[in-house]
Amino acid sequence: MAGLTPASVTASPAAPRPQVSLAREAWRRFGRHKMALLSLILLLTMVLLVFVGPMVWKVAINDIDFTARLKPPSYAHPLGTDDLGQDLLARILYGGRISLAVGLAAMGMALLVGVTIGAIAGISRGSVDAALMWLTDLFLSLPQLPLLLLLIYLFREGLKVLFGPEVGVFLLIVLVIGGFRWMPVARLVRAQFFSLREKEYVEAARALGASTLRQVVRHILPNTLGPVIVAGTIDVAAAIIAESTLSFLGLGFPPDIPTWGRILFDAKDYMDVAPHWAMFPGIAIFLTVLTINFIGDGLRDALDPRKVM
Amino acid sequence: MGSYIFRRLLIALPSLLGISVVLFTVLALAPGDPFEELATNPNVPAEVRLLLRAKFGLDDPIWQRYFRWLSAMVQGDWGFSFISRVDVDKLILQRVPVTLAVIGASQILALLIALPVGIYSAAKPYSWFDRIASTLAFIGFSLPTFFTGLLLIYLFSITLGWLPFVYSSDISATGWQWWWEQLRQSIMPVLVLGLFQAASWTRYVRSAMLDVIRLDYVTTARSKGLKERVVVMKHVVRNALIPVVTLVAMQMPAVFGGAIVTEQIFRIPGIGSLLIDAILRNDTPVIMAVTFVFACLVIFFNLIADLLYGWLDPRISYR
Repeated sequence: MAGLTPASVTASPAAPRPQVSLAREAWRRFGRHKMALLSLILLLTMVLLVFVGPMVWKVAINDIDFTARLKPPSYAHPLGTDDLGQDLLARILYGGRISLAVGLAAMGMALLVGVTIGAIAGISRGSVDAALMWLTDLFLSLPQLPLLLLLIYLFREGLKVLFGPEVGVFLLIVLVIGGFRWMPVARLVRAQFFSLREKEYVEAARALGASTLRQVVRHILPNTLGPVIVAGTIDVAAAIIAESTLSFLGLGFPPDIPTWGRILFDAKDYMDVAPHWAMFPGIAIFLTVLTINFIGDGLRDALDPRKVM
Repeated sequence: MGSYIFRRLLIALPSLLGISVVLFTVLALAPGDPFEELATNPNVPAEVRLLLRAKFGLDDPIWQRYFRWLSAMVQGDWGFSFISRVDVDKLILQRVPVTLAVIGASQILALLIALPVGIYSAAKPYSWFDRIASTLAFIGFSLPTFFTGLLLIYLFSITLGWLPFVYSSDISATGWQWWWEQLRQSIMPVLVLGLFQAASWTRYVRSAMLDVIRLDYVTTARSKGLKERVVVMKHVVRNALIPVVTLVAMQMPAVFGGAIVTEQIFRIPGIGSLLIDAILRNDTPVIMAVTFVFACLVIFFNLIADLLYGWLDPRISYR
């Protein structure tokens, strides 16, 4: 509710404006949040770099060159090299794809589970709702990182055999991270459902004979999207941190896949001779998470029409 | 208050059981077998292995195995570490105090930063102080603990050479010297965890304060002619802290996660680094037990938060 505080003591209620579409209004509000706008530009630049970069910077990620070990940034290697003389720029660009892919996929997973559970709990009253909320509370009080580590420890080998090392670990990490991030979304959706399902337009749909499924999918769900989008944005950042943490602990992707966390893990024992090795992937993680968080903040302002800006 | 504590304990028990079910299911679903080591060992004949399986009841239905595991856990029979050949409960008991000390100190640091900064920010919203504090909180909140740890090591251990970057559990010095060394090696881990927590708590405190500061009773207090300081400290803060306590409790799982990372970076001999070592060496009994201990700690802190909640908000205790 902090959002209801006027932006400044002198702010007057907004003057009547011409009618604009919801999306344009949201974009205008988003643009008012300078840091969010700046973050969006920065994040898009980074995404572009990560996807187009490897086509321009054609150095292989596993080109071993022992004559150029642990070199600081230079013209040949703009971000320096690691202990095997591999080019860090190429590795960081490659790792960015994985980190972003994990973040987005885990967010998708979290939203899917969260919206489903929240919607079921929100539309059905009584024991189903109570049971699902008990489950949500239980998941909220689980120690997430230890369990993440435990699951990865137990299932990694099996999935490697089934899907191959890369896809197996990717699937596992996405499923597990997504499986631990759905609870806030479920709570949000349930709370929204509680107020929305009593609204007149839903009642009108019900009176016209709309089935429960149609009421939910056509009428209620679209109106819960605002907070869900915000939660999803934050989830991307959280998933990126979770993946980097796993890789940093040496329990994420295999060593030949240089995700940002993995590069940090390899670099941490060379902090005294090659600090650049750890700095660049660290800064990459930090900037991605920071910009995503700022964008989430901006979206929160933009998608809440009650907020006076 | 007594019955309130009792009721809260009754609520905590099912969640503990729920977590134990989750843990056990995960273990039971996992591919692989605790006797794999024996199966691949050519010196152990197949019939011995089958006998052992029968003796430990591995072929019983899953619910029987669950209850046997649970009763063993409750009786303190946590198994035997494959690697260090010590009882798991002894191993964990050695390590828990270090973890709790580091977490405790960092939480106190976080509170010492978050409370004043959050309160002052909310008392003067959108002032310069508030803007800077909010931006810093955002940055702190987005810096993963493993990267802050490395940055601090680079700054204080490598560049400046002020602090040791490896935590040593047996310092030879005694007396004041011992405390001094202990302090020096604890500074960085506590800073890493504390600053991260402080960043998110500052945001909570600020927004909770802003929720309360607009309420009518605060206006009443102001119009009585009370000083702003008294209004904020006596009327707003106490009520604003109530939701903060819940949010802090909800953060506990994340705090323990951060502690694992921090212990790993600074090689602190706590249960977090024990867990990582056990995972890297396939020491299943230790892994299970440490995960369970983490779960218990999370629930324990939730319980404390509930009790604090009841103390801060007297309406709750008598409901």
